[in-house]
Amino acid sequence: MNAPVKKKLKVATTSLAGCFGCHMSFLDIDERLFTLLEHIEFDRSPLTDIKEVHPECDIGIIEGGLCNAENVHVLRDFRKNCKILIAIGACAINGGLPAQRNHLPLSAILEEVYHTSPGLSNGLIPNDPELPLPLNQVHPLHEVVKIDYFIPGCPPSGDAIWKVLTDLLAGREPELGHGLMHYD
Amino acid sequence: MSHTFTLDGKTIPFEDGQTIIQAASKAGVFIPHLCYHPEFKPHGSCKLCTVKVNGRQTASCTMRASAGMVVENNTEELNAERRALTQMLFVEGNHFCPSCETSGNCQLQATAYHLGMMSPHYDHFFPSRPVDASHPEVLLDFNRCILCSLCVRASRDVDGKNVFALSGRGIKTHLIVNARSGNLADTNFTLKDKAAQVCPVGVILVKRNGFAVPIGERRYDNVPIGDSLETATEGR
Ligand code: SF4
Ligand code: SF4
Ligand code: FES
Repeated sequence: MNAPVKKKLKVATTSLAGCFGCHMSFLDIDERLFTLLEHIEFDRSPLTDIKEVHPECDIGIIEGGLCNAENVHVLRDFRKNCKILIAIGACAINGGLPAQRNHLPLSAILEEVYHTSPGLSNGLIPNDPELPLPLNQVHPLHEVVKIDYFIPGCPPSGDAIWKVLTDLLAGREPELGHGLMHYD
Repeated sequence: MSHTFTLDGKTIPFEDGQTIIQAASKAGVFIPHLCYHPEFKPHGSCKLCTVKVNGRQTASCTMRASAGMVVENNTEELNAERRALTQMLFVEGNHFCPSCETSGNCQLQATAYHLGMMSPHYDHFFPSRPVDASHPEVLLDFNRCILCSLCVRASRDVDGKNVFALSGRGIKTHLIVNARSGNLADTNFTLKDKAAQVCPVGVILVKRNGFAVPIGERRYDNVPIGDSLETATEGR
């Protein structure tokens, strides 16, 4: 009798208030991507251009924190549809660079960016209803939904990402030893 | 009875008056710590150095060693509590390591790595703490202060200047500069002060000197904290 075909795990990824650096770092696992593809298939991700997360997605990997209402919506959608959620990178884990605005009032930032800074001749603050509203402060993901695993780093190295993913695929608790664990 | 106690089952000799952490580091055993520094009187505030002595928790930087003590240090339980304390320190301040000059040389960060801290776990406070850039040679970035009081002790006990103090209580505790204006420029603080060299994190920063050491060659890039017990050279 033939061995049962092992079902590939569905993996969705997205970047919220991030710079795509973590996704670039993910690609740094290089040819190991082929090994990975023996075990997983990509669902919604910038790598596939699928727009909706499959309702039975196995793993969601999210880069970037929450800077506007749409980010929160996407995060909740990932949480609803993924069995395991992984926060990747400083922004997803502690707000990162975008959160450096958190001690400034949002109105003051918008004023300065669109209105008062030199070179803008009386620019207006965009208010198209299509644009998601910015949050008062930038928040990391775990402050809004439960996050199962974290891969710290700005960005984490390809090796760190590989380590966490292979630990998970092997059913181990992910661990980053010295050298792979870094916050910068 | 001989002058020894056991630490995770290992026999550790001690001299009269030595604390547990002093005897342990002399014997080459690392106990995580942040407010302890071998050159200063203990402050006993961060509680990272908490161990179990005969089954009860106590700070190993303030507890004197005594003969026959049974001390637990490197256990799952204690490290989990140390990790929680470390996570609280991260969320109470603003620790954006990628833009911090101390990253790679930072005792808080290295301790978090040592304890396997994968996330800050708690909600962030995102406090507003303006920096003090008034001094010509030194920048104070209060966002990263963990209130260890090492600069307070160094300035008071070694420099004899009392430039720094901890003010307020509980969660409102914060570091202040002893000047009517509150500015470092209005004190007699200099780069040569001991207080300029003891901060375990990235608060007291020498100006025009940032990011001098490349990534890969910084203090904890190759040797994790606790692997080399250079206790005499702590601080940065
Ligand atoms: S002081 Fe340490 S933990 Fe805080 S931001 Fe700087 S490197 Fe990171
Ligand atoms: S400035 Fe540095 S040395 Fe002083 S209390 Fe804060 S963390 Fe400690
Ligand atoms: S090192 Fe002992 S309480 Fe801080």
